Amino acid sequence: MTAPPSPPAGGGRPRVVIVDDHGLFRSGVRSELGGEVDVVGEADDVQSAISVIAERVPDVVLLDVHLPSGGGQLVVSSLRAALPEVRFLALSASDAPEDVIAVVRAGARGYVTKTISGADLVDAVRRVAAGDAVFSPRLAGFVLDAFAGMPETSQDRPLFDPELDQLTTREREVLRLIARGYTYKEIARELTISVRTVETHVSSVLRKLQLSTRHQLTRWAAERRLT
Amino acid sequence: MAAGLAARTGFEVSRVRLVIVVASLVTFGFGAVAYVTAWLLIPAAGADGSIGSRARTDRRGVALAVGLASLIFVLAGVAKLLGAGFFSSVEWPLILCTAGLVLIWRNAPPSEQGTMRNLAEPLLGLTTGRPRARAWLRVTFSLILLVTGASLLATGHESLHMFRPIVGAVIVLAAVTILLGPWWLGIARDLVEERQARIRAEERADMAARVHDSVLQTLALIQRRADQPQQVIQLARAQERELRSWLFDGRAPGSLDDEDMTLAAGVRRIQQEVEAQHGVTVEAVTVGDCPLDDDLAALLAAAREATVNAVKWSGADVVSLFAEVEPTSVSLFVRDRGRGFDPDAVPGDRKGLAESIHARMARRGGCATVRTALGEGTEVSLTMPRAAGERQPSRT
Repeated sequence: MTAPPSPPAGGGRPRVVIVDDHGLFRSGVRSELGGEVDVVGEADDVQSAISVIAERVPDVVLLDVHLPSGGGQLVVSSLRAALPEVRFLALSASDAPEDVIAVVRAGARGYVTKTISGADLVDAVRRVAAGDAVFSPRLAGFVLDAFAGMPETSQDRPLFDPELDQLTTREREVLRLIARGYTYKEIARELTISVRTVETHVSSVLRKLQLSTRHQLTRWAAERRLT
Repeated sequence: MAAGLAARTGFEVSRVRLVIVVASLVTFGFGAVAYVTAWLLIPAAGADGSIGSRARTDRRGVALAVGLASLIFVLAGVAKLLGAGFFSSVEWPLILCTAGLVLIWRNAPPSEQGTMRNLAEPLLGLTTGRPRARAWLRVTFSLILLVTGASLLATGHESLHMFRPIVGAVIVLAAVTILLGPWWLGIARDLVEERQARIRAEERADMAARVHDSVLQTLALIQRRADQPQQVIQLARAQERELRSWLFDGRAPGSLDDEDMTLAAGVRRIQQEVEAQHGVTVEAVTVGDCPLDDDLAALLAAAREATVNAVKWSGADVVSLFAEVEPTSVSLFVRDRGRGFDPDAVPGDRKGLAESIHARMARRGGCATVRTALGEGTEVSLTMPRAAGERQPSRT
C-alpha cells in the first residue's frame, strides 16, 4: 500500500464515481445519493470507467457487475494495483453468484443489490469509504454457499490452509444473520458482541473470499454456471 | 281388473265382480283362474299395457326368473340326493311359482305392487322388522338350520356318507353367519364410517387453510385498497384465475409442488409472486438447494404465508426471506423490520399464524417460531427435518 486509507475526514463527503451501462439507473442513483455524497464522474463501459477513475481518483466506485466489454471484474483488477486507495462497491439488479463472487474476489469491498434503499446505499458507500466491507443478504448467501462446499478437514489435501479456506463458526453465524436481513447493529445485539466485532468478522470473511485459492471456489462457480 | 272389464262391457263394476265370484264358485275354481289370467293379460285402467305384455319384453325380469328357477332346480337336485323327498315333490310348482311371481312383481303397476308389498311384509320381517324382533327371528331361523344340519350330520343315507359331513358343516356355517353376520357387518360399517369422517375432517382443515391463504387474503387486500379500483380489479382477476384452476384443474392455490421443482426455485417463486401481487420488495437468499418433497412443499407454503403476512401487516417496504439447506434439515426465515405485533393479542379467528403456519409445519414434523415485539419487526423461523433418503445436499 502506497497511501494510507483516506476515509472522508469528519464531515467530508465521499467522492463517488458511478459505473453502469444504463443511463437511467446512473441518474437515479445520482439523485438518490445527491445530498450525501459528491458524484464526481460517471462511466458506461469498462474503458471509460478505467479512464474516469484514474483521472478523478474517487473514494468509492459504484460498479455494475455486468458491463459491456468485460464486466465490472475487469475494471477492479486493472485499477487495483495502481490505485489501492480507490474502493469498489459492486452493485447489480440480479446476477449469477459466480459473477458477483468474481468481482469481490477481484477486489471489491462489498456487494449490494439495486433494490437497496437510498439511505442504505449512502450508508454502504460511507462504510466502504471507511474501509469496511459491505455484505448484502445476497452476498452473504453466496459466500455461505461457496464455502459450504469446503471440506471440514485437510486430510486429502496437504496444501489446505484452514486460515483462509474455512469460515469460523462465528463468521458463519454472522453471515447467516446478514442473510436473514439483520443489520450489523441487530447482529451485535443478537450475538451479544460489539458492532466493531461484527465488522471485523465481515472483513475477515471478505479477506478469505479474496485470498483463498481453493479450487473449490472455482469449481463451485463452474458448477453454478452449468445450471 | 273388474273395473277394466266393466269399462269394456259397459256393465257396472260391482255386477262384474259378482258375476266373477259366482262363476268361480260354479266352475269349481276355474273362474278364479280365469280372473287371474285376465288380470295378467288385460291392461289396467290408465296403464299402457297388461302385466303379461310387459313381462314379455322385460328381459332382465326374465333373466332373473330363469336364474331363480335354476337355483331352485339345483337345490331340489341336492335335496333329492340327500333323500329329502318332500322338497323334490314340489320342485316344479316351486320353480314355476317363483319365476311367475318375479315377472308379475316386476311388471305390476305401482298400486298393485303396494298391495302385494303389504301382503308380503310380515314374511320379510327378517330384514325389515324392529331390531329386537329381527334378532329373535334370526336366532330362531338359525336354530332351525342348526338342528337340521346337526340331524343331517347324525343320520343320513349310507351311500352319501361322504357328503353328509360337508352339507352339515355348510348348514352350521350358514347358521353362524346368519347369527353373527349383521354384527360383523355393523363393525365393518362403523370402521369405514369413522375413517371417512376422519378423512373428511382432514380435508376440511386443508381446504380451510387453502381458502384462507388465497381467497381470504385477497379479500383483505381488496378491503385495504378499496380506493384503488385498478388494483382491486387486478387482485380480483388474479384470485378468480387461481380459484378456477384450483376448483376445475385441481391445482392448489399457491401450490409449489410442481414436478422437478427445487427448494430454491420455490423460494424464488414466492419472491416473484409476492412482489407482483403486493408491490413490496422481497429480498430472497438461498444457500444450497435440494429437490422438493411433500414436507418441503409444506415448508414453502408456510413460508409463503409468513411472507404475505409480513407484507400485509408489518408496513415494512422490504421483507427478507432466507432459506438454508443443511444436511439434516432445511431452515427458512421470514423477517421484516416493520411494526411487529403482540402474539397474544391476535384474534382467535385469524387463522394465518395458527393454522397456515404452526399447524402446517407441525403436521409434517417441522416447527415454527415467531419472534416479534411491537415496533421491532417480526421474524418467523421455520425448520423442517429432511427425509432420511436424501441427506446429501445437492448443489446445483
